[in-house]
This record gives sequence, structure tokens and C-alpha cells, in this order.
Amino acid sequence: MNNVVAKLNNAGLKINNTWLVKGVSFEVKKGEIVTLIGPNGSGKSTTAKIALGIYKNAEGHVDKYTNKIGYVPQKISIDWTLPVRVIDFMNLTEQLKEKDLDDALNLTGVKNLKYRNIKSLSGGEFQRVLIARAIAKKPEFLVLDEPVQGVDFKGEIALYELIRLISENLKCGILLISHDLHVVMSATDYVVCLNGHICCSGTPKTVANNHNYKELFGDRASNTLSIYEHKHDHTHSADGTIKTKKI
Amino acid sequence: MLDDFFIRALIAGLGVAIVTGPLGCFTIWRRLSFFGDTLAHSALLGVTLALSFEMNISFAVFLISAVVAIFLINLQRVTNLPGDALLGLLAHSTLALGLVTISFLSFIRFDIMGLLFGDILSVNNLDILIIWLGGAIILITLKIIWKPLFASTVNYDLAQAEGMNPDRVNIIFTLLMAAIIAISIKMVGLLLITGMLIMPAAMARNLSDNPLMMVFIATVGGALSVLLGLFASLEFNSPSGPSIIVAALSLFLLSLINLKRIKIKGKVV
Ligand SMILES: Nc1ncnc2c1ncn2[C@@H]1O[C@H](COP(=O)(O)OP(=O)(O)OP(=O)(O)O)[C@@H](O)[C@H]1O
Ligand SMILES: [Mg+2]
Repeated sequence: MNNVVAKLNNAGLKINNTWLVKGVSFEVKKGEIVTLIGPNGSGKSTTAKIALGIYKNAEGHVDKYTNKIGYVPQKISIDWTLPVRVIDFMNLTEQLKEKDLDDALNLTGVKNLKYRNIKSLSGGEFQRVLIARAIAKKPEFLVLDEPVQGVDFKGEIALYELIRLISENLKCGILLISHDLHVVMSATDYVVCLNGHICCSGTPKTVANNHNYKELFGDRASNTLSIYEHKHDHTHSADGTIKTKKI
Repeated sequence: MLDDFFIRALIAGLGVAIVTGPLGCFTIWRRLSFFGDTLAHSALLGVTLALSFEMNISFAVFLISAVVAIFLINLQRVTNLPGDALLGLLAHSTLALGLVTISFLSFIRFDIMGLLFGDILSVNNLDILIIWLGGAIILITLKIIWKPLFASTVNYDLAQAEGMNPDRVNIIFTLLMAAIIAISIKMVGLLLITGMLIMPAAMARNLSDNPLMMVFIATVGGALSVLLGLFASLEFNSPSGPSIIVAALSLFLLSLINLKRIKIKGKVV
């Protein structure tokens, strides 16, 4: 039980008498990646925000067993008239050690932007800063809502790799939202498939074979698993560990 | 030689400037200048309260401003009116209530011009004590809530998600706004308090690229405005509050030169 960093029990959110999402239960354990998948508007972001306690009027039970939390929101509205440099933004919710700050920027490949005003960053650059900020404080619970949106092809692969490294090295629990079913199926411990409620959930394998999942994503979606299994076997036999897999 | 009253005015003015620097930055960052104005308008009601019940003026103004501020936060929650409409509603109703109450207090001699535009040259030792003690409390509180306050200013969701309690610091900050208005009303007057808050901060924004630098420059700029304004008012016999604001305006205009230079260099700050 003390391995759990966050737990939702029958959680939901109702605004103006309509449920945005309802009856969601799952838990995130240390060193584990839980992914939320589902079509647009299915309540993934809402569920993540419920887990983070952003909605005060959420229903059901949400328990968090840590207050070291990192969050990469799907969209963020920042007043661009604020005088905020990347370094200020990195220190937003916790004063970081210089080294942790630099390391995180290095890991996401934006070390050179440290003193730039955040207003002047490109979309992908800012996205990388957002990820760096969330991981720099070495969180125990990390929530990533479509973290690689707008990131270039090479960066996308590297960042997903980074996310897996973080889950292994920091032993933090990760709640990931992604439309990238290949990644979800290959790098995830537990998958929750949402469509206003939980359609199905379980290991990638059980979810991929669930008929609800096939209905929601179409027949081709179930192929993702076979592609994944092939890739996965391959890297395993080559290096022994997933960690050292080079991209 | 400087007269005693002038020395007192300087000490009081500098005390106010040190506090309005950082608070003014947050006023700009959080887009609260109209909010500051509303609180300042309600100060008149506070003054009448003080006169009616023989309370200390600063204390009464703080009380009323704080009540108005909390009332406003709750109104925002329960009504569907836009923020600026609510602010206007509260500003003018408290101003009107204050003026009506004053007319009932006709037996009291009352310097309404001093209230509107400030009368820094009449500050006494008690005023100075209130300014410096109150100012110290405001600054220490601000220092304590700085991190969560700044985080929630940049983004509410991030601050809330990462345990910064933005709603709580918002209420504390609102009370700080009420407090700064209470302690500075005698100096610049209720019509010009917001100017004292936002003008040095606006000037500082033109010269800085990070929050701490902006706070520092705003504080120095505010102090400079007080010095310039007070000496000018002594020299030209102009009213002290408006003179300070005019001095702040001059500094702001000067700071625009820097902005132009940056534009020419093609760099964005
Ligand atoms: N504040 C709100 N008021 C009313 N409805 C809302 C609000 N926020 C979200 N919704 C609705 O709730 C539903 C779930 O939204 P949510 O953002 O959780 O979807 P999502 O699964 O993250 O979608 P996407 O893949 O597009 O990011 C959507 O239908 C959306 O329109
Ligand atoms: Mg979403």
C-alpha cells in the first residue's frame, strides 16, 4: 500500500449537471506508468486534473500519498506580459538546486534557453521546458498530459525514452496521457481506456484484446500490440535491459 | 535646513515606497489595478467609520477595504457579472456611501481634499510608526507567501496541482492590498494610491526581464519618485501627493527610452 502515490476511487466531475467523466478508479504506484487513452473529449485531461486536486468539487475519493508532484498540463495559459525567464519558470513551485535545474534542461535538450524569456520560446521549446520543470524537482508523482505535443519527430522518441528512464531511476509514479498508442502499449504498465467512463483497463495486452477498445479505436488499433511485442523482444535480446536501448 | 515636517514626510514617503514596490509588481502581474482603485474608493467609507467611532484612520480603512475585498471575492463566485462590472459597482457604491455618511458628520471639520489627494506634509510620528510597522508586516507576509503567490500568478493549475494552495494566498494577498491602501492613504490620497502602486512597477517592467529585478527597480523607482516629488512640492509649493505621482510619471517616460533601444536592437524582452 505504501507503494501507491495516488489513488482514485469512483472519481468524477459534474459541471452544470452533466458528467464530464464519471466513476473512474485506478491507482498509480511508484515506478509504474499508468496511461489514460481515449478519443478527444473523453475526459482524460479532466481525470488527470481530478487526480491532481485541481477541481475542488470533484466527486468520489482521491487520495495522494505524496506532495512531491510534477505536472505537465495539456494546455497552459500564461500571461505573456510577465517578466519570466526559463530559469524563473523552472523554479516556479520549488527552489531547485542549480545542478538539478541544469540537468533537467539538459535532459530535455533546452539547456541553451536557460536565460531566455519564456515569451520568446517556440511551441516545442516551451513544451520541453514544461517537461524539464516537472521532472527537475524529482517528483514522486508525475502527471504528463500529452507531454510531447508539438515536439519534433526525433525529440518525441527521445522524450518518451526519457519518461521511461525517469520512472525507473526516480521510482516515481507516472500518469501519462497520450494518443500515441504504439508508445502507450510498449512503455506502459497499466492502461486505462476512457470514454466519459472507464471502458476497459488493465495491462496493455488485456486492453488491446478487449472488444471495447477495438470498438473505440478501430481494428487497426489492436495491431499496435503486435508491433510493440516484436520491437520489445528485439531490444530485449540485444541489450538485456530496456534502459540501455538506444534510439 | 529642512523643516521637521519635511523630514517626517520623507521618512513616511520612503516607507510607503518600499512596500508599494513589490506589491505594485504583483498588482500589475495579477492585473489588479482596478481592484486597487476599488479598495481605495472604499477607503472613504473607512474614514467616515473612523470619524464616527473615533478609531484610528488607518485601522478603519484597513477594516473596510478588507471587508470590501472579501465581499468582492465572494461576489465573483456567486454572480455571472464580469469582474470589471463588479469592481465598478463596489467602487462607486462605497464612495457614495462614504460621501453620504460624511454629510451626516457635518459637525466634524473634515479635510476632504487631503483625503482625496493626500497630505503628506501633515504626517505625525504616529503615522510614521504605522507606516513602518505596517509596512514591515506587509513585507514579511509577502516574503512568506512569495513562492505560492508568484506560482499562482503565472498559472493557477500548476500552482494548485503542485500543492501551492493558490486560493489561500490569493486571500492573504488581497488583505495585503487592503493594508497598503490603509497605510498610504494619508500620503498620496485615495485617488492616487493606485498610481503609487502601478507607476513605479510599470516603469520597472520596461527595464527588467525577470521578477526579482522588476521588484527591485520598482522599489528604487518608488523611493526616487517620493524624493523628487517631495522636493518639487517644497520648491514649487505644489500638492505633495500629485507631485510624487508626476515624478513617477517622469521616471516611467524615461524608462520608455530603454524599450525603444531594445526594439532597435531587435531583441525582445
Ligand atoms: N470547464 C468545462 N465546462 C464544461 N465542459 C467541459 C469543461 N472542461 C471540459 N469540458 C468537457 O469535458 C469533456 C472532457 O474534456 P477533457 O479535456 O477531459 O477531454 P480529453 O479526453 O482530455 O480530450 P483531448 O484528447 O481532446 O485532450 C469534453 O467533452 C469537454 O468539452
Ligand atoms: Mg486532454
